[in-house]
Amino acid sequence: MQAWHFSENAYHLLPDAKEYDSIRVTLPNRYYDPKIGADLYHRFIDEWMIAEELGLEIMVNEHHQTATNLNPAAPIIMGILARETTTARLLLLGNPIANRRNPVRVAEEMAMVDVYARGRLECGFVRGVPYELSAGNHRPTKMQERFWEAHDLILKAWTSHDGPFNWEGKYFQHRQVNIWPRPYQQPHPPVWITALSPESARQVAEHGYVAACFLTGFEGTKTVFNSYRTRRAELGLPAPAADRFAYAALVYTGETDEEGYAGARKLMWYVESNKVPLQFTNPPGYHPVAAAANAMKGAAGSGIFKMFQNPSLESFMEHGLVFAGNPDSVYRQIMRMYKHVGGFGHILLMGQAGFLEHDETVKGMKLFAQEVYPRLKDLGSVVVP
Amino acid sequence: MAEAAWWTIQGTQLEVIEHGHGRPIVVLHGEDGPRSCAPFLDHVATLGQVIAPSHPGFGHSPDGESIDTVDDLSYLYLDLLAERNLRDVVLIGCSLGGWLAAEIAVKNTERIAQIVLVAPLGIKVGDRETRDIPDIFALSAEEIARRKYHDPARAAVDYSTLSDDELTVVARNREATALYAWEPYFHNPKLRQRLHRVSIPTLLLWGASDRFVTPEYYGTAYRDAIPGARLALIEQAGHLPQLEQPAVCVEHIRQFLNA
Repeated sequence: MQAWHFSENAYHLLPDAKEYDSIRVTLPNRYYDPKIGADLYHRFIDEWMIAEELGLEIMVNEHHQTATNLNPAAPIIMGILARETTTARLLLLGNPIANRRNPVRVAEEMAMVDVYARGRLECGFVRGVPYELSAGNHRPTKMQERFWEAHDLILKAWTSHDGPFNWEGKYFQHRQVNIWPRPYQQPHPPVWITALSPESARQVAEHGYVAACFLTGFEGTKTVFNSYRTRRAELGLPAPAADRFAYAALVYTGETDEEGYAGARKLMWYVESNKVPLQFTNPPGYHPVAAAANAMKGAAGSGIFKMFQNPSLESFMEHGLVFAGNPDSVYRQIMRMYKHVGGFGHILLMGQAGFLEHDETVKGMKLFAQEVYPRLKDLGSVVVP
Repeated sequence: MAEAAWWTIQGTQLEVIEHGHGRPIVVLHGEDGPRSCAPFLDHVATLGQVIAPSHPGFGHSPDGESIDTVDDLSYLYLDLLAERNLRDVVLIGCSLGGWLAAEIAVKNTERIAQIVLVAPLGIKVGDRETRDIPDIFALSAEEIARRKYHDPARAAVDYSTLSDDELTVVARNREATALYAWEPYFHNPKLRQRLHRVSIPTLLLWGASDRFVTPEYYGTAYRDAIPGARLALIEQAGHLPQLEQPAVCVEHIRQFLNA
């Protein structure tokens, strides 16, 4: 198994949440102090470099118009990391390609980072969370169609080496596609795609890409991974190795269980501070009609969604969204998830949030890297039958 | 209310309510869906034969294969008029449906005799930093109701009392609205400069308490862009006068048609 350190680069020094309606889309940026923001950027880059020293891989993501994430242009942070690091794999999970006006630009940015990093880029494509639509003025309907057309265009741009090709699709038009540079890795960097539903996992499976689940817990993750395996079998394709699956959780490793829980409580800021009104969480067309109709009946208040409305460390640990405690406890919790979902080859560690200070962040990373990770490393080679 | 029939126009399936007899009156619903015109249709049926389609994606009409803009819808309904050989048509459109009626009218009015636009959207009035039309995708349901209704209590819906079919229609209406109106937002930047082409009699009906797009600002701009158009205010009505004052609206329409 490979472990990836991941931070959302949040800006946490906000007024009382009673003073604003939403931490996303509409929160005025007068609450952001760029001098503090500069310190935070440098701190988070330092932490990614420490992750590399500790033998962890690096993951970066992207959100827009939100205090929960100050990476509205993930390729820029990735460009810095490509230069500052030398050994870690660099995962950008990911590029919201249904929301990009120009997929060719994405192909260029990712090829450039891959060359800088001498072939260490892992390129993720994501649909993006619902709040991204208003933040970027992107239409929430027909996103899957746009996503896959953008994907096809990017892949063709990466792998075409004999001069321009023509693209006049339903959503994107570009008559002279001929990117410089081309990617360092051949034929192209490994591709990851987030899959939060069984339906989306099927298309990821067809391409054999890495499917990543975020905070989907025991049952949600199992359903997604099983859907991937089933689709491969339906198509007569080889069964996927564990390295085709990734799971992201909030993870804090302490010397004792109590220290681990204390760290995890600070990580829960991700969830607790996510105050967003319904019009941004449920834009029309983002969720399938049946799900939107159910939500009107109040049916959204079940399972994992209910937990997000009323987050507690206990329920998050019980459902496998948080792994926390001393090294033995964290190992045990990860293995419980691993066995329940049929194995996964990547764990994405959301290891910094909110008021978790630099020293605390590094301590949690270090204990994980030194005391837990060695026991997980060999798991990655297991092929799930 | 009459049962819906199914029409197929150039391969596109439409749920259509037909009601009454006489000259054809095509009613194009707005973003709030076919039901936002339902009681109104009974009144309109006293004037002629109502033909009220649900646009692709709205109501029970399936999503259109390659129909995803109001421009596409305007050609769909021009095809409908031609295929059904309708003549001397009265075209009524409400809000998003008013935008659609205007898009049809700038293209071809050969089969249309008169147009009634009920608080139509579709044009850009102010400068680039003026939000002519409130962003419904960024407002709470309560705030939208406050702006759209003279009596916002009328907008309250107890979803727990709706059937699965009704809830599905509400969800489909919202999704279809996002499809047609997300960007450019509820307007076509070119429409206003084309409205001078509308050469048939046009009546604009506007709720006096429309706080969504006001008659003073948006209504007069629309009226001034269409040669000879008249703007009539409906008291005690907001953005959906056909819902809040159906009888008064139809009385205005009756006088307009007889003029």
